[in-house]
Amino acid sequence: MPRIDLPLETRPDLQVLNQQGPFAAISATCETLGVGRGGRLLIENLNFSLENGRALVVAGPNGAGKSTLLRAFAGLLPPAKGRWSITTGASDAQEPGALAHYLGHAEASKPALTARENLEFWRAMLAIPGPASLHTPDSALKALGAPQIVDLPVAYLSAGQRRRVALARLLLAPRPLWILDEPLTALDASGQALLNTLMREHLALGGILIAATHAPLGVEALQLMLGAEGAA
Amino acid sequence: MSASPLAALFLREIRVARRIGGGGMMGVVFFLILVTITPFAIGPDLNLLSRIGPAILWIAALLSTLLGLDRLFQADHEDGSLDLMLACETPLELIVLVKCLAHWTVTGLPLVIAAPLFGLMLALEPEAFWAVAASLLVGTPALTLLGAIGAALTVTLRRGGLLTAILVLPLAIPLLIFGVSAAASATSVTTPFMTPFLILCALTLGALAAAPFAVAAALRHMSE
Repeated sequence: MPRIDLPLETRPDLQVLNQQGPFAAISATCETLGVGRGGRLLIENLNFSLENGRALVVAGPNGAGKSTLLRAFAGLLPPAKGRWSITTGASDAQEPGALAHYLGHAEASKPALTARENLEFWRAMLAIPGPASLHTPDSALKALGAPQIVDLPVAYLSAGQRRRVALARLLLAPRPLWILDEPLTALDASGQALLNTLMREHLALGGILIAATHAPLGVEALQLMLGAEGAA
Repeated sequence: MSASPLAALFLREIRVARRIGGGGMMGVVFFLILVTITPFAIGPDLNLLSRIGPAILWIAALLSTLLGLDRLFQADHEDGSLDLMLACETPLELIVLVKCLAHWTVTGLPLVIAAPLFGLMLALEPEAFWAVAASLLVGTPALTLLGAIGAALTVTLRRGGLLTAILVLPLAIPLLIFGVSAAASATSVTTPFMTPFLILCALTLGALAAAPFAVAAALRHMSE
């Protein structure tokens, strides 16, 4: 299994996560999964299994069903056929909504509130039992290279800055499964590099990453090509 | 600091409503407009005004509650927040209840406080003030909760405001009947206050128990 070695001993926050709670022995399994939209089956007979530290990249042409599949993984769309399950060392067969971060096209930030207010709300809302994140809205935005925007209303931010605010959610509530729909959209080169580092850290911790993307993510990942053959 | 999810949600809703563009004050201003123009339309007949005053206040409260309700879930649906709320561990029914409570605190509670003041413009008897305020205090939460059902059913529609009103009005008619008769009882000798008031309380408690489940079911269905 390709694991990225990071100096975990220098990061006490990551060490805690690595050893206990939902990050221990997580696996996500797809059995003959079929996903549809509006009565039409878009994806059929999908089989794969992901364990600690593995990433899956979903690729395919526009309209192939990437976003629909990711919504199903996040528990927002019941599978039309088959099974999608996540088990952890803590307890088995948990709801995806309790273990996964879902980052879709919409950023889920209120324009009238500041970045800090938005992030504090999601931090409280998305927290799951287990070790709490040591991140604050300030430190999470700093990790994403935008510490100066923390007290600005989101309405005043650029598209790339809004994306960074949304990505900061991933750090504020530690969850073992990241489901990212086009995470690189609107990010500049330095933002992409920072996100790449965060994804590597997440995988090194033992987390799982599922992303739909057209651009290369820069992490070692299984490839799932939709619209061509179907299952990988 | 780690606040509980529901407390954080309540705080966020209040903040969003109070900021510019949140529409928190829209309901009270609309209420004021309706109550202000009524005496001009009806004329200076004080006896007539004080007789229909409670009904005018209740109609104004009903319409101004409906006015802001269509954005209750739509804004969250458009910016993706609703997806995260649907998926998160906190039961959706509780999230709905807290959102309705926050919405009522911002739009319904000011109406209750303002109603006696606006009653002056409608030549209400002083002893009718408290009856109007009490009936609105008990009745407006039910208006918000019933309205939330309509708002949830029209969450994916762009201009769902009118449809929300059409869906909700039949459900709101019992509230209107008992609310107005409780509010008017202070000045009439035929109706006692407690009978319609207690029925109004019962309707509100029923809405409080049932509406969050209906709203949550509608939101789950509409988001698929």
